[in-house]
Amino acid sequence: MGLKEGLLCLLVKEDAHGYQLKSELEATTGDTWQINIGQVYTTLQRLERDGLVESTESNGDGRVVYTVTETGREEATKWLTRPVDLAASGRDEISLKILMAMRSGVGDPRRVIEKQRGSTMGMLQDFTALKSDASNPDFAWQIYLDRLIFSAEAELRWLERVESRLEENPPTPIALEVNGPVEEMEEAR
Amino acid sequence: MMEPILSMRRVGKTHGEGAQRVDALVNVDLDLMPGELVAVTGRSGSGKTTLLNMAGALDIPTSGEIIVDGQSLASMSKNDLARLRRVSVGYVFQQFNLLPSLTAAENISLPLELDGMKPDEARILAENSLEEVGLGGMADRYPDQLSGGEQQRVAIARGLVGPRSVLLADEPTGALDEATGESILKLLRTRCDAGAAALMVTHEPAFAAWADRVVRLRDGRVESISERSKVPSTTADLG
Repeated sequence: MGLKEGLLCLLVKEDAHGYQLKSELEATTGDTWQINIGQVYTTLQRLERDGLVESTESNGDGRVVYTVTETGREEATKWLTRPVDLAASGRDEISLKILMAMRSGVGDPRRVIEKQRGSTMGMLQDFTALKSDASNPDFAWQIYLDRLIFSAEAELRWLERVESRLEENPPTPIALEVNGPVEEMEEAR
Repeated sequence: MMEPILSMRRVGKTHGEGAQRVDALVNVDLDLMPGELVAVTGRSGSGKTTLLNMAGALDIPTSGEIIVDGQSLASMSKNDLARLRRVSVGYVFQQFNLLPSLTAAENISLPLELDGMKPDEARILAENSLEEVGLGGMADRYPDQLSGGEQQRVAIARGLVGPRSVLLADEPTGALDEATGESILKLLRTRCDAGAAALMVTHEPAFAAWADRVVRLRDGRVESISERSKVPSTTADLG
């Protein structure tokens, strides 16, 4: 979710001015997102330019109140129901570290796995301790925690799988063919 | 400084000789402090159950030393070891191992009576122990009148009855569904927060995560240890 989508969705709910939108957005995300008020205003201006919202001067206090347009409403609905593409998140740092360890021989890939597992297990322990503390009934907090717990569990299972694969195919660092291109260059000379 | 209630120093266990030699445990160092829940993870055959059996004096190490309640197991007589198992260390297994012809309370009090305790006293200890695991009203039920989760609670009550403060648990959630398994971990956590200590073997990350420390065994060696750290208090800290 970008600021654009967040603002649009909140404006579908009700008309509001910039500062209200900032507070509401922060509350919705369980205060995990600290929003810059300047960015809120520049985004609202862009939404107005694109015909997704309209603005009116409010009653006397000088604040500008924003209203969503029909196009804006459609845009918000479209965004909400568009599935999040997991594969689109790009390069995965821990996969790359394991692969680089295998390829370069700089370190043992099993050591990379072991370190990652220790760190993720430690986080899973912390999340679990937080979950069992019933003193925080906030809904946003609970769904974030569940998400983090399931992600950590999935990563630990995945690391286990990678380790098995490594055992089946032990890594042999690949020697860089330093001679190849150099010889070719000399031949070319 | 607080002394560990259970301490393993350079503990090794070897099966067989020559080409058949298998190192089940290699130089394992592990301390269990009062009030601590420690999870032992690792794949099948990594040495988890061997480690637990050593801790409970059910098996003897080939090398190294194990100290329980300040006493080295190697220096203890058979009688001392039997006494240690009765008064210091309790066990919980994957299969709850309750005697079907005895009630919940009798399952807990029988070993105490065999140890010479008067039936009335044993009954009171058993009832208190059941109370602590949330089964106050079920003392006179038979195992087949209890759910799997309740039976495992009885087993935990039996493991921690009276003066016993160390619980050794081998896959205590193995025969239970996820939600019931979680309730057993909650219970172990509560009992440890109240001062008991538990060493628990599990292969489930989600269950190991209830522990203060998680030890991972690989080919009989301790490979890594993770600990619970400071606890963030708001979602902002998680971001």
